[in-house]
Amino acid sequence: MITYIIRRLLLVPVLLFGVTLIIFLMLQFLTPSDRAALYIRDIPKNPNAIEGAIRRYGLDKPLPVQYWNWLVGIEDPNHPGVILGGILRGNLGFSRVLAQPVKDVIAERFPATAELALWAYLPIIGIGVWLGIQAAINHNKFFDQLARVFSIIGYSFPVFVFGLLVLMLFYAKLRWFMPGRVSDWVTAEIIGGTFPIHTKLITVDALLNGRFDVFLDSLRHLFLPVLTLSYISWAQFLRITRASMLESLGQDYMTTAKAKGVSRREQINKHALPNALIPVATIAGFTVVGLLGGVVITETIFTYPGIGNAAARAAAQLDVIAVLGLALFNGTILIMANLVVDILYAVIDPRIRLS
Amino acid sequence: MDNKFTPVFDTPITTLTKESEEKLKLLRADVIAIRKIGRMERFLGTENYRIVKMLISTPTSIAGLILLAFFMLLALLAPVIMPPSPGVNAYMMPRDGFSPIPKPPGTIWTKTPIPMPFWYTALTGKTELTHVMGTTSEQYDILYGVVWGTRTALKTGITIEICVLLIGIIVGTVSAYYGGLIDNIIMRITDIFMTLPFILAALILAAVLMPRLGGRSVIPVVIALITFGWMGYARLLRGDILSVRERDYVMAARVIGMNDSRIMFKHIIPNAIFPTVVQASMDVGSYVLNFAGLSFLGIGAEIGYSDWGQMLSFARDWITNLADYWYIVIYPGMILVLFVLAWNLVGDSVRDIMDPRMRNKGV
Repeated sequence: MITYIIRRLLLVPVLLFGVTLIIFLMLQFLTPSDRAALYIRDIPKNPNAIEGAIRRYGLDKPLPVQYWNWLVGIEDPNHPGVILGGILRGNLGFSRVLAQPVKDVIAERFPATAELALWAYLPIIGIGVWLGIQAAINHNKFFDQLARVFSIIGYSFPVFVFGLLVLMLFYAKLRWFMPGRVSDWVTAEIIGGTFPIHTKLITVDALLNGRFDVFLDSLRHLFLPVLTLSYISWAQFLRITRASMLESLGQDYMTTAKAKGVSRREQINKHALPNALIPVATIAGFTVVGLLGGVVITETIFTYPGIGNAAARAAAQLDVIAVLGLALFNGTILIMANLVVDILYAVIDPRIRLS
Repeated sequence: MDNKFTPVFDTPITTLTKESEEKLKLLRADVIAIRKIGRMERFLGTENYRIVKMLISTPTSIAGLILLAFFMLLALLAPVIMPPSPGVNAYMMPRDGFSPIPKPPGTIWTKTPIPMPFWYTALTGKTELTHVMGTTSEQYDILYGVVWGTRTALKTGITIEICVLLIGIIVGTVSAYYGGLIDNIIMRITDIFMTLPFILAALILAAVLMPRLGGRSVIPVVIALITFGWMGYARLLRGDILSVRERDYVMAARVIGMNDSRIMFKHIIPNAIFPTVVQASMDVGSYVLNFAGLSFLGIGAEIGYSDWGQMLSFARDWITNLADYWYIVIYPGMILVLFVLAWNLVGDSVRDIMDPRMRNKGV
């Protein structure tokens, strides 16, 4: 167990190094003056100034030097002591399109993404796993066939087509739910200060402030992205839960349990389910991570002001530095969360722990 | 299996009672004529033959195959179904004016109409060319985009598939062949590529390549999707090679003194490669999906190129009025869903058939 965890921990720096290296290499396709946005807000327009900037920030130096500068930052020649850039310091460069430093973009938008993840998580996993279990228990019966059709249609539906369809029905036609994060009157209250912000998660703040009208408004905005994310993920959870449940229902210990006279209900809940849920736990872990990193397409369709939406906006106008910073952020939480998932996996699955 | 194999019983037994002759007959029937092995089966190998045979006898995969045939036909016949105006790039959707407001199905085609398709009057009963599926905002004809978009989808999907498959095969083979440190390094690199957030990485690479490759076009996006799409196949093939390496016939080849590279390329790879190739060919749907996704986000072919993702992205400007302009979502959206569904129907059956745990369950 200890060796496994140590081996796994040692992989983290390797992965981090690799991810930064790939991103750095992609950066080399940009012109040196574009890369100056890693260090400064305004890239000079006139040719002489560009030359100066390139020399000042070492953008013409050999690649290893540039990589090092990019990691730890560079001292501003005009203001000694001031360090510019350096992704290890959290300076991820400046976004041209969003007109602010990338780390501010993340700080500003992460709560929105986290709130969406929070609300989407329970329905995705709860309902997805439930569907999978039911399909496995009723193997080859009507429910199972229905679930299979549902799942194959589910993962054939592109997120953006499904999103546009629910927008067409629930927003354009019925006006029940809307895109965005909150209505204008809530924004006005937040700016006006009559709605104090504690956690930046609007639903949580609304409950803390005892404002059910705001809470409801926020839920009406969250409903469509949550529905879209859920529908797409249910198919995946259904498949995995069904397959692993079927496998564990066919094991010898199930026959033993049956022979001992354990009730069908207990057979499933006590014997089959705990073993079947092990692979599901991994996928569940990755899903949380995927949600936290920002769901680019879903946030874009519903103009939900999260990290994914920012990445899409920047990318559409070729603001590479911004997308890059967001990808680094995303990649880092992916690596860390994978680590946690792998270790938890070893804890719950003795086959890994003992090998 | 060779039919000429002679069982022990063929040695002449001179004294036979009637009864033992009967028994012998039964035994022989048991040993020799289990089943006939056809030419196709001998060519593909028993296991691969089973996969192909199941594919053309499972209802879901038949449905998928029929849909796929339909799409192939649509792509092939695109110039006949929606003939482009002479002298223009056929992949560019013809536009009827520049108004940002979509026009409903049945609107008369006034500016730059395409030559009258042969089926038009017969099917619609009209003599004047109209937009059968309406126009998107900016007045691109939806039907034209849907038909020619099939070509774009197949073209990009198959290009990506062939490239990722080749990279996967090379990386997987090298990794499994050399083993040890090289294997370890290659697998860690694969891990790193898998750790990158897929959509963001593809967005970045496509965005940095665009200015270098002459602006918006299909090529940067295809390159980006290839760069971040090969890892699964490399892993799959490597695993299969490692398992085939332990088979008896590899041992036999080694015993008769065959050298390593000959064993690898003559015996191991041909026997291990099939699942990877089948898997990749069924993944075309997901490549098209990813391609359309990037187009939808605004990283894709030049504006006006027949591409389903781009057509759907036009709908983003009309979200509040989608109930009135349903046709700008429904037509391109449904064709994309059907396309992906077709590949998934076949791919799903393939996965079930190849899953060893499902082998004897009559899937």
